Amino acid sequence: MQKYMRWSAALFVLMLVLAACAPGDTGASPDASEPAEESQPAAGEDPAAVCEADEFGCLEVAEGDPIRIGTALSITGDTSALGLDSQYGAQVAADQKSEAGGLFGREIEFIHEDAGCGDAATGQTAAQALVAEGDLLAVMGTTCSRTAVPAAPVLGQEGIILISSSNTSPTLTDPEHAEYAGEFFMRTAHNDLIQGAAMATFACEQGFTTAATIHDGSTYADNLRAVFEEEFASQCDGEIVSQQAVAVGDTEFTGVLAPIADAAPDLLYYPIFHPEGTLITQQARSFPELDGTQLAASDGLLGLQDLIDQAGEAAEGFVASGPACAGDEYDNTFRPAYDALSGEDQPLSVFHCHAYDAVNMMIAAAEEVGIEGDDGTLFIPRQAFRDAMFATSDFEGLTGTLTCDEFGDCADPAITVSRIENGAFVVIWPE
Amino acid sequence: MLRRPRRLTLLGVVLWALRVGIVAGVVVGAWATLTSGGLSGGTWITLLAAGLSQGAIYALIALGYTLVYGVLLMINFAHGEVFMLGSFSGMFVANALLSADGFMVSYPLVGLLGVFAAAMLTSMLVALVLERVAYRPLRRAPRLVPLITAIGASLFLQYTAFGMFGSRTRRYPPVELLSGRVEIFGFSFQRIEVITIVAAVVLMALLFYFVERTRTGRAMRAVSEDKDVAALMGINVDRTIVITFAIGGLLAGAAGVLYAFLFNRVDFGMGILPGIKAFTAAVLGGIGSITGAVVGGVLIGILENVGPSLLLFGLGVPSPNQLRDVVAFSVLVLVLIFRPTGLFGRKENV
Repeated sequence: MQKYMRWSAALFVLMLVLAACAPGDTGASPDASEPAEESQPAAGEDPAAVCEADEFGCLEVAEGDPIRIGTALSITGDTSALGLDSQYGAQVAADQKSEAGGLFGREIEFIHEDAGCGDAATGQTAAQALVAEGDLLAVMGTTCSRTAVPAAPVLGQEGIILISSSNTSPTLTDPEHAEYAGEFFMRTAHNDLIQGAAMATFACEQGFTTAATIHDGSTYADNLRAVFEEEFASQCDGEIVSQQAVAVGDTEFTGVLAPIADAAPDLLYYPIFHPEGTLITQQARSFPELDGTQLAASDGLLGLQDLIDQAGEAAEGFVASGPACAGDEYDNTFRPAYDALSGEDQPLSVFHCHAYDAVNMMIAAAEEVGIEGDDGTLFIPRQAFRDAMFATSDFEGLTGTLTCDEFGDCADPAITVSRIENGAFVVIWPE
Repeated sequence: MLRRPRRLTLLGVVLWALRVGIVAGVVVGAWATLTSGGLSGGTWITLLAAGLSQGAIYALIALGYTLVYGVLLMINFAHGEVFMLGSFSGMFVANALLSADGFMVSYPLVGLLGVFAAAMLTSMLVALVLERVAYRPLRRAPRLVPLITAIGASLFLQYTAFGMFGSRTRRYPPVELLSGRVEIFGFSFQRIEVITIVAAVVLMALLFYFVERTRTGRAMRAVSEDKDVAALMGINVDRTIVITFAIGGLLAGAAGVLYAFLFNRVDFGMGILPGIKAFTAAVLGGIGSITGAVVGGVLIGILENVGPSLLLFGLGVPSPNQLRDVVAFSVLVLVLIFRPTGLFGRKENV
């Protein structure tokens, strides 16, 4: 009896093991293939096969669900004006599409994560949070170049594109450089090789011969000032008389400005952010030696109401370089929608048009590669989506005609220089 | 002073080497800077004035840390937020009174007094509520508990301000009386810096008078020496602690207004860094000591502003001002190595 018991027990265990193994044999193919059994290929394409072939698989959106786009912008703290500006710009594009019937009949929804600006690590955290969120078409961000450096690879590993409206550092799209953001990073913002050169040309045309620079140790500022210094020297033999740096979070810049005041340069170039840049604008006025010095910055401070409000009188005559965004479509369609979104408390920097274009590029690429299954599920193969984004060419956007190169630079850059006159930025160059 | 028997230990040798190294570094750096002639005499005066005014603000905040530590032996980490909230309420009053269409714009002095009063009262109230809600229930708890509560209170206040006022930086309206420059001894200073220093000195003088010459001040000193004995002597300890928090709050509120006028910025995170620096100043001076907080604050301010240029400029360190915090905090570390109780610290507090 005992023998039977033992045998039957052994048999039972064996059956259990077999039972556990059995589904494994038939279910070896991943979940992605399941809808394939039910759905017939639409428009001659089999979503299952396409998704199977795609290196990163597909984004699947069930019928009636919204298509979600992540944002990793700087939306709280000192640089929030920059980030919120892009956020509203992106929202305008999404809302327009949703109102016009939607993307594959679906609404576009945003998932916001704060990527900050001052610390690269917050960029990585935001990217990880978005990856954990899952099922995102793409991510819009970041605001500051240094946060993109760790954020882009985190998203890239999952086959998610990071497209930025305001990362302008040349290193991000330079595969030779340690700060190269990878194959899933692209931008509608211009490359600072162009912005730095534009400021140097402006300085040379003004007849300036000496300049001082200040950076804040960020990827953005350090590269921009380097490009400017090189171009200023090569274009008109301009001399850099002082190079200084500040730390993010500083409030007192007397120590930085004092040696610059001793050198009394024609131009003081500080391509940094608010509030450090604003405070420097303000505190430079307390040095009589700098009265004849042109204060100049870049698109980090361009168009920023915070700077005008805070520096007040001291900001008069300050110039900043950056992209311009204008035209009938901007005035009549975009701007009213943007104003309605941002309300009274308007951050308004200069990158909302770039964000708008970036989202429209996503929509165009998604429409190109997306496949609707029979049960209404939408499949967007990730690698194909990435390739379609990078293949964007002659795309008519608010910022010009966009064509992406193989490294992700898509901008049609037209850099202007604006001056604060009577409390408002006025474009003064090129004339 | 007691002379301790000296034995040559490895640690002793290392510390002496460190001392010699620091002195040599300071001398070489300062010498190189001064002989290089890269910075003019006027520059040094400018840096010193900036350091003194910033140091005066640190000192006002540091007094709040040190007073509370004196009576309760706890660090009130929410003190930076007390400072921030004072600055905010001062801003609202300033906008009402002193902006272009404000009704006190033709009497700026009265308006400014109103701004100070509003900020100081707000900060005082916040400090009192903190004491009542966050600290008093925990007075008999282990010392770590109120510390954690203080950090929680600090975050709570910060994000309350964030929720109420948003994340954007704001500023006080420009006041004619505080802008421009003044000539003193042939040197030109920013008027706001001079006013900050004078205002801080007046407030500190009042504090000294209060602590040293009044009955309540004597009660505070008694409580800080020994709470239980003071209670036995008929001192109302609770009342004394409340008064201590109130004074710390008043000083922080005044510092908030001065800071906002000096740097033209008010935002929800403005209390963090000055709070840390002031805490550092209090530790540097010897926490619990009023003189220590004042000296520590001024020292940190001056070190931050003059230190990088004086010590690093001559050594050819590029953009030395990026390292200002390194210089300031190195001094803290050194002081704590050689004088763990701080410059004016009392032994029994350790």
